[in-house]
This record gives sequence, C-alpha cells and structure tokens, in this order.
Amino acid sequence: MKIAEPYFSKIIKPSIFIMALLPVFYLVWGMFSGVLGANPIETVIRDLGEWALRFLLITLSISPLRRLTGMAQLLRLRRMLGLYVFFYASLHLSIYLWLEQSFDWWEIWLDIVERPFITIGMLSFILLIPLAVTSTRAAIRKLGKNWLRLHQLVYPIAIFVVLHFWWLIKVDTREPLIYALILTLLLSERLIRRYAR
Amino acid sequence: MLIKQSSDIKENEVTDQQDYLSRRAFIKASIAQGLGASLLGLGVTESAQALSKDKEYTLEGDEVTSYKDITTYNNFYEFGTGKGDPAKNAHHLPTSPWSIVVEGECEKAGRYSLEDILKPHDSEDRIYRFRCVEGWSMVIPWQGFPLSDLIKRFQPTSKAKYVRFETLHDPEYMSGQRRPILDWPYVEGLRMDEAMHPLAILATGLYGKTLPNQNGAPLRLVVPWKYGFKNIKSIAKISFVEEQPVSAWTKSIPEEYGFYSNVNPTVAHPRWSQKRERRIGDFFKRDTLMFNGYADQVASLYSGMDLTKHF
Repeated sequence: MKIAEPYFSKIIKPSIFIMALLPVFYLVWGMFSGVLGANPIETVIRDLGEWALRFLLITLSISPLRRLTGMAQLLRLRRMLGLYVFFYASLHLSIYLWLEQSFDWWEIWLDIVERPFITIGMLSFILLIPLAVTSTRAAIRKLGKNWLRLHQLVYPIAIFVVLHFWWLIKVDTREPLIYALILTLLLSERLIRRYAR
Repeated sequence: MLIKQSSDIKENEVTDQQDYLSRRAFIKASIAQGLGASLLGLGVTESAQALSKDKEYTLEGDEVTSYKDITTYNNFYEFGTGKGDPAKNAHHLPTSPWSIVVEGECEKAGRYSLEDILKPHDSEDRIYRFRCVEGWSMVIPWQGFPLSDLIKRFQPTSKAKYVRFETLHDPEYMSGQRRPILDWPYVEGLRMDEAMHPLAILATGLYGKTLPNQNGAPLRLVVPWKYGFKNIKSIAKISFVEEQPVSAWTKSIPEEYGFYSNVNPTVAHPRWSQKRERRIGDFFKRDTLMFNGYADQVASLYSGMDLTKHF
C-alpha cells in the first residue's frame, strides 16, 4: 500500500502534524473555559505527561505497523511523532517546574533525589534530549551506525516513563496498567523477531 | 458559633455561593452599623458569635471554595477513583432511612436511626480549611455538631481509648466497593482526646444545604487538622475500642499512611513533599501550615510525640 505523492507529503503528514497539536489547544482553551474541573493545573500536568507517553507508544508502533501493512511511508512519520514525545515531555516538565515548584531549585533537587517517581521521570527526560538533538538529517549522517545504537535508548525510556506513571498512582493502577500492556506487546514483538532470526 | 438552622426552609430556597457569602457580608454590615438585635432579633447575636468563631478558625486570605468545586472534586473511592466519579455515581445511594450501629466500650451501645442521632444537636456553622494528602486544599463551610457531644451521649467507659468509624458497605450502590482497591468497608479512627476536641465535628451539610452524597451524606467526620482521608464519610458504625484501630489506608499502604495523619509540612509523604499545597481555584501553590493552621488549638494533643514516627 502506498499513498500517492504529493498527497502524502502535502496533506497526510501536515494533517497529522496539526492533529498532534490538538491536545495543547484543548488544554490552553480548557484553562480558561473551566472544562478541566476544579484543579485544572493538575489536569494539565497529567494530560501533558500522558500525551508524551501516548506519542511514545505511537512512535514505537510505527515499525511493527510498517511490517504488518508493508507501508513504508509510515517511517516518514516517525521522526515527527518522536519529536512530539519530546515536545509534550518538555511542556509537562516545564509546567511541573513552574506551577508545581515555582522554580524553587532546592525543592526540585530534593524531589528528584528523594522521590523515585520523579527521579525516573527526570531520567527519562534527560535521556530523551540526545535523541531529540540527533534527529536531524545531518546528525543521522554523521553518527552513522552509532545513531541506531543511540536511538535504542527509546526502549529503556519507554519503560521508565510507564514506571513514572505507575509509581505516582495511589492504589488504582488500571490506567498505567493499560500503557504497560501496550508497551509489553510492542517490546515483545521486537524481542521475538530478534530471537526468531 | 451557633447559627440555628430553621428546619422549615426547603432545600431549593437556599442560597447559592454568592448569596451565602453576601449573607455574611450583610450580617457583618448590620453589626457594623449597630442595627443589631433590634432589627434582626436574636438571630444576630447568635450570628455574631458565629462570626467571631469563624474568624478564630479562618486565616487571613482564606476564601471559601465554590460550592461547585467542593461538590465535584472528591476522593470517595466507594464511588470510583476519579475525582469526578463520586459526583456522577453517588446520587444513587439511598441515605434515608439510615442507621448507625454504636458498639464496644460504652454504656449505650445499639442501633440508632439517623434521626435519633441528630435530634438533640443544634446545627452549627464551621468554616474549615480542608487539606488533602495529595497536596490540594479547600475552604469549606460545613454545618454540623461537635463529635464530643455525640460521644458523651453513648457514655464510653474508661476502657474506650479510641473511636473507630466505619463507612457503609453496600457494593450494590457503592460500585467502587466491587473492586478490592481498599479493604472495604472504609475504616478510620481517632484517639479519644482527639475525638473529644471541640474542632472535631460530624457534618450533615455544607453551604447551608443538606450534605450531597458525594461529600459523605448523611453523616461524615470533619477533623480539619488532619489530612482529608481521615474525614470518613457516610458513617454506618461507631465503635469504642481499647486498641488503636487500623485505618483503611494504613492497612493498604502502611509506610505511606499512618494512624495520626496530621497535616504536617515537615513530614513528607514518601512519594511527594507536603510543604506546599494548591488551594483549589489558585494558580500557584501556597505553604502548608502545621496542623493545617490549627496548631494553637491542637498541638498540645501531641506534645512529646515524635511526629515523624507517628505520621
């Protein structure tokens, strides 16, 4: 299956680009309209984090989907989707630093060293930075084989992000469990392929 | 402190938030102008008392949280774990007839109807700060009566060292109880001197209206110097016991939730700091106060105790 050019580059990809921004528009609008409930800031932080995780899982499903459908064009969406992971993670972290911690760096430091779910969340973000930075064509060319190796980091990051969500929950872990199951599926597909060869 | 509620007012005649607050402004204004008793009769002197008491319990900069936020943002896992779930699901629960079992170390054990429980008590207004262990807070205008007044009626014996409370267990209406998130029914407890403290009340209403189900109808505990989860809702059983009861949350995660659960900015929850809180409606967080700002009234209950150990 293949979508004819220029439709893919001129319509499909830009549409996905805009759709991926819709959650931000919704949350900004929600802040002012009251639809986010009594604690809108908590909702904004949670939702931004959850969207980062969702885009991460979507990004990880690109290769298996390509194998499943044979649609090579999908790979051309992967960088954009991966950068959206970084985009949402950055917003999530920024709002935490600003509205949760008021940029109180000592408190932020304590949070990072004392609370495992913050530690692992921060670690995930730090590991995302080299991936985002090396997403340019030039970097891919320059790093060659090492680029692939570096971007294997996405797998531990994905596990850390799910744990980050899981450890935050008090007792009802259904939601992070769903993400954990999807991730398990995506990771085991890769493991099986690797060892079946 | 005593605003008696005239019982002949129908629920729908009563007041939204604006009216509720302007009523106070009106009372204040009339007092200021010296209109006082001559115009408004006895009610005013009583209200004046209420105002001075409110002032004692209310800090500078404390604005009452909106009725909508208080009644749509709830932790009441019996009706679901989402903050909006209780408002969606709790109205199915029949709260009348309602009875409360009183048992244990007391002279007047038995099963009491809600009417019998409430009859002798005058309803009082209490505007209290409410601090959830999760790091958010509200200011809530409750109606209720001192827990101590009720306890005295049951004549606890000298063996009664603690009061243990239980929420209704009814998975048919409390759909959250169909899943073993906590060990149902919900249990909470207070040391006897905490329970007898004048700040501890049983609430039957808020904003001058009957307590909505999602806020713990028909009868709930309010202990404003403790984290929200101590304030057990929809009480079905009260026991006087010698041993310290094990609260539902303590049973579930003992390293995170202790028996006392006093609001304490210096003792962190293992997974988050308790130094600050977001008042619902505010953009930025504010500092959390020791004993939720009630240290003057309650700190003596815990003198000599290591509050990092007894969290």
